[in-house]
Amino acid sequence: MPDTIATTAPTASHLPTAVEPRNPGMELDLDWALGIQANTSAIERRAATLPGRRSVKKAYQAAWLAKAVTMIDLTTLSGDDTEGRVQRLCAKARQPVRPDLLEALDLPQLTTGAVCVYHDMVPAAVKALEGSGIPVAAVSTGFPAGLSPLHLRLEEIRESVEAGAKEIDIVISRRHVLTRNWQALYDETRAMREACGDAHMKTILATGELNTLRNVAHASMICMMAGADFIKTSTGKESVNATLPVSLVMIRAIRDYHARTGHRVGYKPAGGISKAKDAVTYLALIKEELGTRWLQPDLYRFGASSLLGDIERQLEHYVTGAYSAGYRHPMG
Amino acid sequence: MTVKEIFESMEYGPAPESAAEALAWIADRGGIAGPYIGGKWGPLRDDFASSNPATGERLAGVTKTTADEVKAAVAAARKAQPKWAGQSGHARARVLYALARLMQKNARLLAVMESLDNGKPIRESRDIDIPLAIRHFYYHAGMAQLMGDELPDRAPLGVCGQIIPWNFPLLMLAWKIAPAIAMGNTVVLKPAEYTPMTAMVFAELCSEAGVPAGVVNIVTGDGETGAALVDADVDKIAFTGSTSVGRAIRNATAGRHIPLTLELGGKSPYIVFDDADIDSAIEGLVDAIWFNQGQVCCAGSRLLVQEGIADAFHEKLRARMATLRVGDPLDKSIDIGAVVDPVQLQTITSMVDANTEGETYHAPGPLPANGCYYPPTLITGLSSASTLMQEEIFGPVLASTTFRTPIEAVQIANNTRYGLAATVWTENVNLALDISPKLAAGVVWVNATNLFDAAAGFGGVRESGYGREGGWEGLMAYTKPAQAAAPAKPIAPTTGTGGPVDAVDRTGKLYIGGKQARPDSGYSRNVYGPKGALLGQAPEGNRKDVRNAVEAAAATKWRTTTGHARAQILYFVGENLAAREAEFAKRINAMTGKRSGAAEVEAAVQALFTAAAWADKLDGAAKPVPMRGVALAMREAVGTIGIVTGDELPLLGLVAPSAAALAMGNSVVATASYPYPLAALDFVQVLETSDVPAGVFNILTGDPAALSQTLAEHMNVDALWSFAPHNLGAGVEAASAGNLKRTWIDEGTHAWGGKEIRAALDQATEIKTIWVPYGEGYGGGGVY
Repeated sequence: MPDTIATTAPTASHLPTAVEPRNPGMELDLDWALGIQANTSAIERRAATLPGRRSVKKAYQAAWLAKAVTMIDLTTLSGDDTEGRVQRLCAKARQPVRPDLLEALDLPQLTTGAVCVYHDMVPAAVKALEGSGIPVAAVSTGFPAGLSPLHLRLEEIRESVEAGAKEIDIVISRRHVLTRNWQALYDETRAMREACGDAHMKTILATGELNTLRNVAHASMICMMAGADFIKTSTGKESVNATLPVSLVMIRAIRDYHARTGHRVGYKPAGGISKAKDAVTYLALIKEELGTRWLQPDLYRFGASSLLGDIERQLEHYVTGAYSAGYRHPMG
Repeated sequence: MTVKEIFESMEYGPAPESAAEALAWIADRGGIAGPYIGGKWGPLRDDFASSNPATGERLAGVTKTTADEVKAAVAAARKAQPKWAGQSGHARARVLYALARLMQKNARLLAVMESLDNGKPIRESRDIDIPLAIRHFYYHAGMAQLMGDELPDRAPLGVCGQIIPWNFPLLMLAWKIAPAIAMGNTVVLKPAEYTPMTAMVFAELCSEAGVPAGVVNIVTGDGETGAALVDADVDKIAFTGSTSVGRAIRNATAGRHIPLTLELGGKSPYIVFDDADIDSAIEGLVDAIWFNQGQVCCAGSRLLVQEGIADAFHEKLRARMATLRVGDPLDKSIDIGAVVDPVQLQTITSMVDANTEGETYHAPGPLPANGCYYPPTLITGLSSASTLMQEEIFGPVLASTTFRTPIEAVQIANNTRYGLAATVWTENVNLALDISPKLAAGVVWVNATNLFDAAAGFGGVRESGYGREGGWEGLMAYTKPAQAAAPAKPIAPTTGTGGPVDAVDRTGKLYIGGKQARPDSGYSRNVYGPKGALLGQAPEGNRKDVRNAVEAAAATKWRTTTGHARAQILYFVGENLAAREAEFAKRINAMTGKRSGAAEVEAAVQALFTAAAWADKLDGAAKPVPMRGVALAMREAVGTIGIVTGDELPLLGLVAPSAAALAMGNSVVATASYPYPLAALDFVQVLETSDVPAGVFNILTGDPAALSQTLAEHMNVDALWSFAPHNLGAGVEAASAGNLKRTWIDEGTHAWGGKEIRAALDQATEIKTIWVPYGEGYGGGGVY
């Protein structure tokens, strides 16, 4: 079954057992994609009022935060990454929250959604995660700028898949959006999807460089038409990363795409989400706009490095009733 | 539910706000909401109960303030008023500032109390009602501070009676009290029967803020208490509530010539064009019709969707409705709380049940088993003829129809007796700015809905009432000219037996639709000079002449002409009048027996020039509202204005107010001075030679009592000004209740100098507030 993969992992019991057909993409339909409007002020108002409209407390908050842990792509994307650093991160992915706390929550098998690294770190990560069921995601295609030659970008994907990456986070060519070269954006993304093979493709729009929500809407839709399994906001290297308004635009595009094609595309906001409260707000946004089905790691991820630490402290507070301290939780 | 179970289901769970503090507050004070008069509570009686609509449980007993107690409250306000007005603006500003601060410090108590009493979601009372109410006091603290410098010609009205509804109890209280006391008035406010509780908290804060005794008085009770307040010796009534009660207040106050502010019902259109951001437009509907359970006077309750996208839009809308959460108002994750009272729930239910047209969709989400809840409802496939497209439901029910073109959208939108608010969704700035002025509404929101701020005027046109609340324009409703004019004396027509003074008979006719017309009655009245000479005949206009004149006035395109074009015509009228100065002076002198004719003609020419000058200079404003966007305050013509000319200045008294009305784009149906009608008939010839478009300026002669009555009753007359000292006011004001036309009754003497004409311009215009949030692009520096 080339176009479906089981998202069930052998040991990660929190992952859904449902099998979601992959988004095969579709012909480029510019009338549809470019017909989408995005009114910045209205979108910002919705985003600004959402945290006041939904609130989860006590056991619900703990459960939502535990769910958020399973959605984290624990990430290291630094020039000074080493195998040792990656191994530590992977250990944290396997045991993201202290065992005593997970026992108290009755969620002992909890892991993060994935570990996300540069291509050269893929083998180390694959090795460190062996048997855990946690996928390795590789950022690819000349990350973060995406300006290396196309054939090299495609080759990079293939090599990362070869090295064992199950998820490929590609970056789009922002210039194609800014110059309205939609066909080029579609063709390039399509080629990348083909290069991914069975690996899932997360398409990074680098929304901080697209500058308008209309651009975000149009690029989101065209990337889904090109076969993206996920659309993702940012590399983490732009000056503006994931925001609620940008998220609203992207998930509304996902909703429209699902309504028209029946295919569920995942969403990954990345960068700037570092507080447990923010994570809950994002999940509420997803639940409101896309529905509860999207609140599973096969359709939703956080690209985050420091979020986990805050969630750990909040979970300890839930379990013990006392506010926590960072040093009480193992670092990744 | 265990964490593990929730982890699977990912439900929200309860997120309750505690009612304990609010309930303790009520219990600590004896459990009764009652009058606060002269800084003291009481008498407190448990006459009826105020209940929590979410549970039906009793919150407190409420005192039904009697007519005598209302009189005592008004007397307390009367006693306190001179000293309060005599304080410096700064001293009043300090008190309003303290009120704002104290409300902030008690914000959660106020929010919880509001939700308990009214049933609205705590999210709304906490994030919208209370912050806006606080903002209103901050804003008007500033107005008190600035009054002396900025409004030197204005004075407080005195004692203001204020009656507010149950849908926004504290916010409406703030809208009423803040501007009133800022301007040096004292108030007697009656909160709604269902929702007196936050007014009780507010009264206590008044004592803490140092509001002098008697400046703010609150009388609890029902409609009878409200009626007693209307009947009491107050200098102003400000009312927010239903159109039927507003009409009753207009009737009850007829003849007293006290200013009214009426914020009444609405059936506001929510127009979605096919180039709109559809998802945002749908989210806007949540804020339009499912805000406060739809119990909002300006709720976008009529959905107008462009035909090509209607099916897709409705489908998405139904999907959105399915995720609305109805339930306990004190739950922080609830979108829709309880309807205010079982009576209101019954009204909503029976109106929807009586409808047999279209397709009704109730949101499928669960409703609580007990309490006053109604599901979010969409009724598609209706037309303008449908009852539910015309009648205000005041509940979470959206009635929908379609349109084909922008012109048709405006036609459908304006096909209503109401005119409070309108919402327009389009990404096309040309369309948005073209359509906004064409909508019959006091407030227009572009790509947003239900935006409010103290700096922006709010109020309606047509049967949605008159007067504005908020902004500088809102202060007009709580002040009057500092200098009062002396009352004018009526002048009886003279009789005589003399022969005609003209060598050749002159025939003056009515001027209707740009043509000279014989009176429908076929009668004329002889007009004599003071010494009995027969000066000529004036046609006896009757109701059919009024009908014809109003029809002609309504058919003009005058209001769409530019100010520059209107100025040119008014100047030209002035030019042509000046050319005939001697003739007019002679005519005036012959009628009055005085020698003031030349001066009056000169003043009339000046008045025409003044009005012409203003035609392209009465600016609107861009209000500094706290958001990224503009709130444009645009001056719009009121429409067709009936003008009853005073007795003493046969030419100037006709020309000056008419010129002010015309300068702003209104059409005029004016009656001539009753004792001295001939100058008006002569003036017809000036109009005929001055390029005044047909129907813009119509002139009638005849009995002012009869003519003004017909004008006041006429549904297509938008305002009636009466300067004739014949006690016409009572009849005019009572008759004006029919379509709630604006009335301006001024039976004082007039010189129609520049300031008087400028004041008339305010009467000749309504302020429409057009909210245009904007934004495109983010990141990369700059102001964001």
